[in-house]
Amino acid sequence: MKKHLSPIAFLLCFSLLCASLVYGCGNSDKEEDDNTLVVLNYGKYLDKDVLLAFQEETGIRVKYEEYESPEEMYTKYKSGAIDYDLMCTSEYIVERLIQEGEVLEINYDNIPLYSNIDERYVDYSRAYDPDARYTLPYFFGTVGILYNTTMVDEEDLGSWDILWNPKYKSQIIMENSVRDSFVPALRRLGYSINTTDETELNEALDLLCNQKDLVYSYLVDASADEMIAGNAAMALIYSGEAAYAQEYNEDLEYMVPQEGSNMWIDSWFIPRTCRHKENAEKFLNFLCREDMAMKNFEYVWYATPNQAVFEALDEEIQQDTTVFATEETLDNCEIFTNLDGDTTKTYDYLWKKLKSY
Amino acid sequence: MVKKGLSRIYLGLIFLFLYMPLAVLIVLSFNNSKSRVKWGGFTFQWYTKLVSDPIIMDAFYTTIIVVLVSSVAATLIGTLAAIGIQAMRRSGRSIMLGATNIPLLNADIVTGISLMLLFVRFTELGLSTVLIAHITFDIPYVILNVLPKLNNGASAHTYEAARDLGATPMYAFFKIVWPDIKPGVFSGFLMAVTMSLDDFAITYFTKGPGVNTLSTMIYTELRKGILPEMYALSTILFLLALLLLLIMNYRSARETKVR
Amino acid sequence: MFKNRKIWLSGPYMFWIIAFTVLPIFMILYYALTNENGGFTLENLAAIADPIHVKALLLSLKLSIICTAVCLLLSYPLAMILKGLKLKRQSSVVFIFVLPMWMNFMLRILAWQMLLSNNGIINAVLGFFGIPAQHMLNTEAAVVFGMVYDFLPFMILPIYNSIVKIHDEVIDAAKDLGAGSITIFFRIILPLTMPGIVSGFIMVFIPALTTFVISDLLGGGKVLLIGNVIEQSFMQGSYWNLGSGLSIVLMAFVLLGMALTNHDNHTGGAAVW
Repeated sequence: MKKHLSPIAFLLCFSLLCASLVYGCGNSDKEEDDNTLVVLNYGKYLDKDVLLAFQEETGIRVKYEEYESPEEMYTKYKSGAIDYDLMCTSEYIVERLIQEGEVLEINYDNIPLYSNIDERYVDYSRAYDPDARYTLPYFFGTVGILYNTTMVDEEDLGSWDILWNPKYKSQIIMENSVRDSFVPALRRLGYSINTTDETELNEALDLLCNQKDLVYSYLVDASADEMIAGNAAMALIYSGEAAYAQEYNEDLEYMVPQEGSNMWIDSWFIPRTCRHKENAEKFLNFLCREDMAMKNFEYVWYATPNQAVFEALDEEIQQDTTVFATEETLDNCEIFTNLDGDTTKTYDYLWKKLKSY
Repeated sequence: MVKKGLSRIYLGLIFLFLYMPLAVLIVLSFNNSKSRVKWGGFTFQWYTKLVSDPIIMDAFYTTIIVVLVSSVAATLIGTLAAIGIQAMRRSGRSIMLGATNIPLLNADIVTGISLMLLFVRFTELGLSTVLIAHITFDIPYVILNVLPKLNNGASAHTYEAARDLGATPMYAFFKIVWPDIKPGVFSGFLMAVTMSLDDFAITYFTKGPGVNTLSTMIYTELRKGILPEMYALSTILFLLALLLLLIMNYRSARETKVR
Repeated sequence: MFKNRKIWLSGPYMFWIIAFTVLPIFMILYYALTNENGGFTLENLAAIADPIHVKALLLSLKLSIICTAVCLLLSYPLAMILKGLKLKRQSSVVFIFVLPMWMNFMLRILAWQMLLSNNGIINAVLGFFGIPAQHMLNTEAAVVFGMVYDFLPFMILPIYNSIVKIHDEVIDAAKDLGAGSITIFFRIILPLTMPGIVSGFIMVFIPALTTFVISDLLGGGKVLLIGNVIEQSFMQGSYWNLGSGLSIVLMAFVLLGMALTNHDNHTGGAAVW
């Protein structure tokens, strides 16, 4: 009998060990004290020191999560895998989430430093948050072309046409995200970037397919590094990335073509899954504080809607049109609105078509 | 002689191919510039910054824990399973092996998402879910390493003979089966460690809030430019592995001498 | 007589496999066979017939077959050479090829990006010898290159392991009996290393068929593989049902490939490492 027992006993012990291991870990996840804050933000969109300072000053433990594209973030949020307390993303996704009832109202009384945010940008944000009840603008900017002056002829500049100029074959970098890539094509055709008309979108797709042969690569944020290295002559790029690239390579210039472009605003909002609303608002207030907002600005280099920060900047930076686009440029730009489900599907399908072209 | 020269050159080229990117990364870890495409002079600053960065160190510890716990657990479960499978009849064995192959055959992303779908339904995502996921895809590598060693040896019969002569199962196992499968268990463990260390997709989908391994951290940095500290950390990891290799070689060289 | 009880040792694994391998597959299957509203549909499986998906699948097959062939051609001579070196400790060979994998694979692929780019290190070296710069990055060839780089060790190790097991006496005996080196290769070495080749084939072909990170990083987003389609279905839009359907189809393809190559490999996983 004894002989029979021992392998089974061994097995039992081992299973118990495994179970307790897994159970133990599972437990420790839940037993943590509840003074936490789960934040979801774009990758590299917040200075780490700000997080550390916040934890130190308030004793709130921040669980900080990052994502790459707004679509990816939407998927991650919708899967319900994690209950986020505070999120930051692009305007059209914010709008979609507001429409879906996924966003809680912010109690601005808990954010005294909200007054630091320039009224003008709160007004811009009404495009997706009409009553300005749900969001807090974080950074904004434009989409344009970053070009290398040693590789591009001056006469070609000014218009989106340059992206279709065969002279620059294999030297053009495009944005690897659905809606941004359609901006040049749609504006070049004279259509709105928020069009839901399928024929207009198909026309734009044809243009983009014709262009694919000229494209060096479709990238998101690596384009800045590629431009610094001189691997390409021009890139469709966000203004902040352009400013970053200019720091490292003085041959680089940024322009927003005359046909107009996209102005984007990334905002913070509190999703329905929030379990620590008070902490979330504390964090928002902290982000509006001049020293912290300054740190983030110097880390990200996108235009900040924080007036206190703007006023503290050197005049040279204030007038750097790559970072802070002129009002004229901004007025020539459109803000993305959320598209209905069918149009989003069309977009995604056309995008796949372009990629396999 | 020419043949020997040619084969040396061929060997050299393959090694160059495999190790060139590593050399690039190691050089970058000493680059005194935040941009990966500009050489800004030699510096040690990323190594010192690395140690004082709580977020990176946290990801580092998480990685170590995930890798070690999951590969030890996978080696235990997998080795036992291999012995069990070996004893099965042919039909049972093919079913088990078929199931073992599933995680190897599936795209990482499918494995990751399917596990996430499962976890979300029953529990919260956290470190434990990452561990379970890693153990799941580590086990097949252990089994596939141990099984051939069991097939090769004549140990099955010897084991039974030992048992007939009154050895306890444990004693018989450690005296007869273990020496046979030891290299297989070891290389299985090594593979499990390597796979865990390298995995991104599965970790990404099964991790809870605030849980970060080096892979998931690198992924979010991938497009915005990698922090140079990451190159430094990878260099350290690589050198540690190299050191391990040298120690092992030294020890085995001594063992052979003693014999 | 002690055999039957040994079977129980695989108990924890059986539990594990049911809970964390089989059950998740059913989850995927469930998503694959339903639409957004939870109704039954075969649409997601049929979606593979969409011209875009067919094209992506064919491209994936093409690139992964090329990659597997290149890996095989590179590995075989290498394994022969390594055998010729008569190393005392075989595990150190394993270690040397596994070692590069201890650096994160995304970083290693990124390093290739730097080496291959227009203004990259390789072009600089070429320029030094007066050869004009080549456009290498962001092409299908670059993707295959990256695949070969990443998966080569998975081909080398099983072939090496099966080749060192061949006793020199066998080859000497054949020589004594008058076999030429070509005969020896085709009648002795090749058949004896077949299990290693099969394992290597599986370990290289499957990850190459399903990869999406390599095509993303070295293809510059211009090369759409079936792995990318699946990844984008899950990540960029919320087309989980479609993504699951395509995964199931891809899985079927892989199983088919396995069945074709593996029909005489009863022990399974023989000589993988």
